[in-house]
Amino acid sequence: MPLPSYALGVMEASAYAPEVFARGLPSSSWQQPSEDSAEPTGTVAGGASPLLSLQGIGLSFGGVVALADIDLSVRPGEIRAIIGPNGAGKSSLINVISGVYRPDRGHVQLDGIFYAQVPTQRLAHLGVARTFQNLALFKGLSVLDNVASGLAYKVRSNFAGQVLGIGRSRAEQRHSLSRAEQILEFLDLAAVRDRLAGTLPYGLQKRVELARALVAEPRLLLLDEPMAGMTASEKSEMAAFVRAARDRFATTVVLIEHDVGVVMGLSDRIAVLDYGRKIADATPEEVRNDQRVIDAYLGVASDNEDGAGI
Amino acid sequence: MTAISSDFSSAPVLPKWVVPVLLLAFAYGVVPLVGSSYLFEAILLPFLALSLAGVGLNILTGYAGQVSLGSAAFMAAGAFAAYNLNLRVEGLPLIGSIFLSGIVAAAIGIVFGLPSLRLKGFYLAVSTLAAQFFVQWALTKFSWFSNNSASGVIDAPRLSISGFALDGAVGRYFFALTIVAILTFLAYRLVSSQTGRNFIAIRDNETAARIIGIPVLKTKLLAFAISSFIIGVAGVIWAFAYLRTVEPDGFDLDRSFQILFIIIIGGLASIRGAFFGAALIVVFPLALSRLGGFLLGDLFDSGVLDMSQRIVLGALIILFLILEPDGLVALWDRLRRRLLFAWQST
Repeated sequence: MPLPSYALGVMEASAYAPEVFARGLPSSSWQQPSEDSAEPTGTVAGGASPLLSLQGIGLSFGGVVALADIDLSVRPGEIRAIIGPNGAGKSSLINVISGVYRPDRGHVQLDGIFYAQVPTQRLAHLGVARTFQNLALFKGLSVLDNVASGLAYKVRSNFAGQVLGIGRSRAEQRHSLSRAEQILEFLDLAAVRDRLAGTLPYGLQKRVELARALVAEPRLLLLDEPMAGMTASEKSEMAAFVRAARDRFATTVVLIEHDVGVVMGLSDRIAVLDYGRKIADATPEEVRNDQRVIDAYLGVASDNEDGAGI
Repeated sequence: MTAISSDFSSAPVLPKWVVPVLLLAFAYGVVPLVGSSYLFEAILLPFLALSLAGVGLNILTGYAGQVSLGSAAFMAAGAFAAYNLNLRVEGLPLIGSIFLSGIVAAAIGIVFGLPSLRLKGFYLAVSTLAAQFFVQWALTKFSWFSNNSASGVIDAPRLSISGFALDGAVGRYFFALTIVAILTFLAYRLVSSQTGRNFIAIRDNETAARIIGIPVLKTKLLAFAISSFIIGVAGVIWAFAYLRTVEPDGFDLDRSFQILFIIIIGGLASIRGAFFGAALIVVFPLALSRLGGFLLGDLFDSGVLDMSQRIVLGALIILFLILEPDGLVALWDRLRRRLLFAWQST
């Protein structure tokens, strides 16, 4: 699966960041080569810059264009929705941001660093967490253990230390479980903490997945249809949790959703995709009145309904 | 491998440690007083060795989800490593050579675990067959491993720990019981640690595990290493304490399948399951031969016994896969809950 990745030239990156050579990389850990061999190639100044920005992303599967020349920028602390009809490329976009797919063109800029492909293995270390459209819980683990696993990337003790209970392993175990308990409390899941995740009803499993993503207190949270298949009341409950998570952890949220109504009330800005292209990107109010969005969702009457000339 | 059984029971009556401690007290204190030498030689020693092998395979297959058909090879590696260490390294205590033979088995396990980085499910199972055939071939081909013995069958050294001989059936039983108890306890600690959670995470959803930052490749190889270590030590017990001979033929593909059946029948991803499964696998042929002898008399010779064993065992496995994929452990837990419920409601 991991294709050879051609990191962008430093020259190109430095065009966005004149001071890259003077400032150096912000953290030594970012210099480590990742398993996906995608390496950061430069930085831009922090501060006012977006937390996440996509530039000219293109992706196709065989001859099918999934994404065409997508630009997107996400400001720190905002809830950013991406909507669109079925097959519009929403999930592909999330998969590009989280490094599951490597885009054919363009690059992802995360916290000032450019990636040709975001290194999936290092995603958690970069402060990015995500949920999946189809549930991706660990069915054989309890709810508590599922959520505690969200902190596995931080664990430094090895298996021998954990088995014998020596070194930092005890403190780590205590820390993981107590953090997980706090998140369960926060998302109103404490009652099911010892249940196996696979035995929970669908709506609760979705919430456990949110908890597993949130426990690491990510700076960027990617939610792939967090409300798919839910009832109206479950949806509004979930929306409230997403907003509460943003407010409590100052997490930036990128969210994909089918249900336009829920998104309108929840998001700060909305990007609309249709057939892999971005057709609108504005506040909920503006998107609601955008003729192209209405056409994309409701379909558009053909100019030639009589079929004259065919 | 979607079957999941859990060690958490929903009937919290006693603290978790009570039952194991009582069982151990019984095994150390009562069994040696009442057991016959037949019980030790024919039932308890193979039961302990196979249980430990089952615990080892369960870590790899039940918890980490990597199917292996090479268990007997790792047992053989452990047994032959212990034999050679004992033979060739002067002054190495028995415990030392057992530990090192586990390390040897773990190293071989890592090598044959490398395909797991690219292969899954049946494809991986087939590739672990390579371990099975290669190890058996190498042990037969190079007579150095069996100290140039003409028959390839070698006598295991006498067991003694710091001058204290463990030659009799009861002594070997204590030896096996102690090692099995210690390693099982450590395995239990392992599966409830973050490393154990990582195993299950990789089994249940590898993509999600990678995304949340679990080092997938490292964790898979670790599962192979730990599992092979335990299976290797089980091989030492099998050869040194039970059979008292070391030969490659005892570690053939049939043995690998036997261990796989143990964890399927006992319960995947359950430490207790390995013991349940091993008990059934060991006791069942004996019970069948008694029953057959009783019902059919002389007609029930060893050939018929062997065939009927295979038929009934095969049928049992099919039944378990269909009716109770979570194994004997789940059956046991349900029965216990029901009894408890009945007892409480009276």
